[in-house]
Amino acid sequence: MQWEVVIGLEIHAQLATKSKIFSAASTAYGAAPNSQACAVDLGLPGVLPVFNKEALRMAVKFGLANGCDITRRSVFARKNYFYPDLPKGYQISQMDHPIVAKGELEIELEDGSTKIIGITRAHLEEDAGKSLHEDFHGMTGIDLNRAGTPLLEIVSEPDMRSAKEAVAYMKKIHSLVQYLEICDGNMQEGSFRCDANVSIRPKGQQEYGTRAELKNINSFRFVERAINVEVERQIDVLEGGAKVVQETRLYDADKNETRSMRSKEEAFDYRYFPDPDLLPVEIDDAYIEAIRATLPELPDAKKMRFIDEYNLKAEDANTLTSDRGLADFFEAVVKTGGDTKLSANWVISELLGALNKGSMGLAESPVTAEMLGDMIKRIKDNTISGKIAKQVFAAMWEDEGDADAIIEAKGLKQVTDSGAIEKIVDEVLANNPAQVEQYRGGNEKILGFFVGQVMKASQGKANPGQVNQLLSAKLKD
Amino acid sequence: MSIERSDVEKIAHLARLELAEADMPGYVHNLSSIFDLVAQMDHVDTDNVEPMAHPMAMTQRLREDIVTETNQREHFQQIAAQTENGLYLVPKVIE
Amino acid sequence: MHNKTIAELSQSLAQGAFSSVELTQAYLERIERFDGQINSYITVAADEALAAAKQADAQIKAGTAGILTGIPLAQKDIFCTNGIKTTCGSKMLDNFISPYDATVISHFKQAGAVMLGKTNMDEFAMGSSNETSFYGAVKNPWDLDAVPGGSSGGSAAVVAARLAPASTGTDTGGSIRQPAALCGITGLKPTYGRVSRYGMIAFASSLDQAGPMARTAEDCALMMNVMAGFDDKDSTSIAREVPDYSVTLNQSLAGLKIGLPKEYFAEGLDNDVAGAVQAAIEAYKKLGAKVVEISLPNTGLSVPAYYVVAPAECSSNLSRFDGVRFGYRCDNPKDLEDLYKRSRGEGFGAEVKRRIMVGAYVLSAGYYDAYYIKAQKARQLISQDFKRAFEKVDVIMGPTSPTVAFNLGEKIDDPITMYLSDAYTIATNLAGLPGLSVPCGFVGQRPVGLQIIGNYFDEARLLNVAHQYQQHTDWHARAPEAFR
Repeated sequence: MQWEVVIGLEIHAQLATKSKIFSAASTAYGAAPNSQACAVDLGLPGVLPVFNKEALRMAVKFGLANGCDITRRSVFARKNYFYPDLPKGYQISQMDHPIVAKGELEIELEDGSTKIIGITRAHLEEDAGKSLHEDFHGMTGIDLNRAGTPLLEIVSEPDMRSAKEAVAYMKKIHSLVQYLEICDGNMQEGSFRCDANVSIRPKGQQEYGTRAELKNINSFRFVERAINVEVERQIDVLEGGAKVVQETRLYDADKNETRSMRSKEEAFDYRYFPDPDLLPVEIDDAYIEAIRATLPELPDAKKMRFIDEYNLKAEDANTLTSDRGLADFFEAVVKTGGDTKLSANWVISELLGALNKGSMGLAESPVTAEMLGDMIKRIKDNTISGKIAKQVFAAMWEDEGDADAIIEAKGLKQVTDSGAIEKIVDEVLANNPAQVEQYRGGNEKILGFFVGQVMKASQGKANPGQVNQLLSAKLKD
Repeated sequence: MSIERSDVEKIAHLARLELAEADMPGYVHNLSSIFDLVAQMDHVDTDNVEPMAHPMAMTQRLREDIVTETNQREHFQQIAAQTENGLYLVPKVIE
Repeated sequence: MHNKTIAELSQSLAQGAFSSVELTQAYLERIERFDGQINSYITVAADEALAAAKQADAQIKAGTAGILTGIPLAQKDIFCTNGIKTTCGSKMLDNFISPYDATVISHFKQAGAVMLGKTNMDEFAMGSSNETSFYGAVKNPWDLDAVPGGSSGGSAAVVAARLAPASTGTDTGGSIRQPAALCGITGLKPTYGRVSRYGMIAFASSLDQAGPMARTAEDCALMMNVMAGFDDKDSTSIAREVPDYSVTLNQSLAGLKIGLPKEYFAEGLDNDVAGAVQAAIEAYKKLGAKVVEISLPNTGLSVPAYYVVAPAECSSNLSRFDGVRFGYRCDNPKDLEDLYKRSRGEGFGAEVKRRIMVGAYVLSAGYYDAYYIKAQKARQLISQDFKRAFEKVDVIMGPTSPTVAFNLGEKIDDPITMYLSDAYTIATNLAGLPGLSVPCGFVGQRPVGLQIIGNYFDEARLLNVAHQYQQHTDWHARAPEAFR
C-alpha cells in the first residue's frame, strides 16, 4: 500500500524578554537552581500574575510577520494538571482566544519548489520548570528557574507530507523568530523546541489517520529522524493489522526509536477556563500598526533583494539570508569590499567553512566583515591573488592583523612588474624544453603546467593573468 | 442531578485527593445535593446572554519588562518539605 | 480602653492618655483572658505586636503618626504575614511561615498599625459558620452556643468580644458581611478590585475582596483609607483615586433613594430579622431617605451560580498545595501520585475537598458549557439586575442574613442549608459591588445585620449611610455582657 505521511508541528519558542511573562524574575539561562524562581514563579499562596508588555509585543510581531490575524481581545486560560515542574498545578496559557490566529508560511523544498504551510495559531503561555533525574536518593530534583519564561507556541496545520517538509518549515520558523529578534533560537538551551504530530493514511484517503505526538525534539536532525522512524513504526503497525494508538511518544536519539511515554498515558482532562487573575488583553489598530512599522526586512524579501541587487544565485542568496546576522555580515562585506560575487563566495565558502570547522557562531568570528571586505578590496585591486588571499584569510583568522598588515608583513604583494614576471617565464621555459616542444606540437593543455611552475617560482605572487598572457605569447613565438 | 460513586472517584483523582473509604458515601450524597442546587440555573433561559468571567469590564494592564526580583532561594526553601543542592525534591518522576 | 473605637483610641494616643505599648498590652491581656472562650485567634503575635507598638510610640512622640499609628488590629489568617504563621484555617498550612507580606499587611505596617495576631476562619474561607477551621470552631461572643458566621468568623468575634478594636476580613460570598451581622459589628466588602488581593490566599479570584470589620462605620472608613488603593502586583486592582472615606461620613441623607428588593424579603427570611430590618428602614425614612420597592428578579440564580463559579476557581487555585514547595506533606509518599493525593487528602478538610471536587467536575470535559458557561451567563443576568436597579436608587437595603446566628453544629452536616445562609450576600460578589452590614437589632441575644449595597466604587456613600444610622442608634455600641 502507498502511504501518505501527515505532519503538523507545535513549535515552542521562548521569547527573548528580560523578565518572565508574569513576574519580574530574570529569564537568563544557566543560573544556579531556583535562584531565579521568585514568589510568583513558585506559586506561593497569595501571589498574582502581571503580564509582561514585551511578551505581547513579540507575539504580535510574529503574527504580523506571517500575515496572521491578530486577536484584538485575547484571553489567558488555565490549563490544569499536576506535575512537579508546574508549581501552581496549572499552566497559564491561551485557549479560545489566542493572541495570534490564522496565517501562513511559504517553505522552499530541496528541489527548489515552494509550498504553503498553514499556521493555525500562536498563543502565549508560561514555560514549566525542569525535573532533574539524577539520583537524589531515589528522588527527582525540581528546578523552577525556567518556570514562567514566556513561550510562544506556534501551531501549524497538518500540511506537511514528509519529514523533510517538516524540517524546512521548522528551519523557516527558526530563522524567522531570530530575524524578528523575539527568540534567540538556541536549541541546545531549549529556547526553541518542537513537538510533532505524525500520522499516516493510505494515499488518496481524505480523513486523517490516528496521530502520535512526538515530544520535545531538540534539533533539526532529530526532527527528521524521529518523524521517519515514527512513520516506519506506524506503517509496521498498520500493515501488521493493528491500529495506531493516539498517544504521546518520546524520541530516543541514542536508539533512534520512539517510545510511549507511560507517565503521560493517562487521558488528560485539562479543565481549561479563563484565568480569573488576569483580564482580557485588548489591543487596537494603532498598537498593531506601531509594531508593524518595526518589522525588519524578512528572509523572503531579503532573498529576493539579494538576487536582484547583488546578482546572486538563488542558492547563495538562500544561504546568506537564512540567518539575519549572516545577511548583515555579507552586506557589510560588500559595502567595504565592493565586489558582490567575491563577497558571496568568501562568506559562503571560506567564512562559513572556518566557522563550521571551529564549531563557532558568527558572533565569535575573529574576522570581521570590515576585515574581510578590506581583503576583498586587495583581490580586486590586484594586490593579491585569490590564492594568496587564502593565506591572508588564514592569518586573519589567527588574529595576525588585518589584510594589509599581513600582506605587508609576509611580503605577499602580487608581482605585476612585467619585467620581473617575464624573467621568471623565460627561466621556466628554458628549464622545461621538452614541455615546450609538446606545447608547440599541439598539446595546448600543457599551458597549465607552465602557469603552475611560474606561480611556484614566484611563490604565488605573480599576477596569474599576466603570467598567462606572457606564456601564451612566448610559446607562440 | 445524581452523582455516582464512580464520578466522585474520577474527580477525586483529577483533583489528586485521597478520600477515606468511610467518607465516600457522604461525598456522593453531598455532591449530589450540591448539583441539585446548581441545577436550578437550568430553569433560566440564558441563550442570548454574554458569559461574564469577571465582575469589572476591565482589560489587562501590562508590566514593563524589567527584572526586579533577586535571589531569595534560601528564604523560600526554608518552608519546603525537602530540598537538596537548591532543588525541591519529589518522589521519582518516571518518564 | 477596650471599649473605645479606633477614632477614639487614635485621639487618646495622640493626647498621650496612654501609649500604644500600654494599649497593645491591654489587648494582649484580654486575649489571654477571654479567647479561651471563643477561639477567635489562631496566632497571637505578642512579641511582634509589642515591638511594633514601641515603634509606633516613637512615631507618635516624634509627631509623625497617622491615624492608625499604634492602633492594635487583628488580621484574618488569610493574609500572608512575613515571618508569621499564615494558616488560612487549614492543616495544609499549619507549618506555613509566610516568606512575604500581603499588600494589605504592608499598608497597615506603613500606617504604623500594630498586628495583635491572626484570626480564625473557615478553612480557605470556605464556610459560613467558622466550623470548617482546622483550628476548631469560633464561638459567637453574644451567645457561646451560636456560630459567629463565616468565613471571617474570628475577625468578627474579636471585634464583638473587644479582643481587638478592629480587624480585616475577606468576602467571597458574604464572608465579611454575614459574620459582621451575626456578631453585631460593622463590616464592609468593597468593590471588587478596590483593595489589593496580592498576598491574600485565593479562594475564588473573581469574587474575593478584602475589607474592614470594626464596631463603627467610621472605623471602617479609617481602615479603608489605609487598605484601599491600586497595587501593580494585582492585575485586577483598579487604578482609581481613593477618596478620604472619613470626610463624607457626615453628609445628610435627605433625599437618599433606598431600594428594597422584594426578593430579599420573601420566603426564607426570619420574621424577627425582617422586623429589625424594617425598623431600620423606618429610621432611615426619618433621616430623610425615600424608599422604593425594586426587583432583582434573578436573585434566585445567585446561590446556584456561585456554587459553580467559586468551586471552579478554587479547584484550580488550590492545586498549588501539593506538598512540594510549602505546606503539608504526607509521611513517606511511595510515589509522586501518592505524594499529591495523600498530602492533599490529609491536608484539606471535608468542605474544601467537596468544593475542589465540585469545581473539577464543572470544568471537566463535557460539563464545562452546561455548568461553567451557564453560571457565567447567570452571573451576567444577576449583574444586569443591579445595573437596572442603580438607575433608580442610590443604595439597596435588606437583611444581611436570613436568620440570626444559628447554633454550633446545626448546619455543618448539611452543606445546602449552610450555603443558603449567604443567599442575600452572594449576588453582590458575583456582580463585584460593594456591600456593608451594620448592626440593626437583636433577636433574643443574637444580633441582626442590615445590609446596604452600593453601586461600584460607592464605598464612601455606604459608609456615610451607615454612619448616619449609627449617629441615631446604639446597636453598634452594645457589647456582649461576658466581654465588657
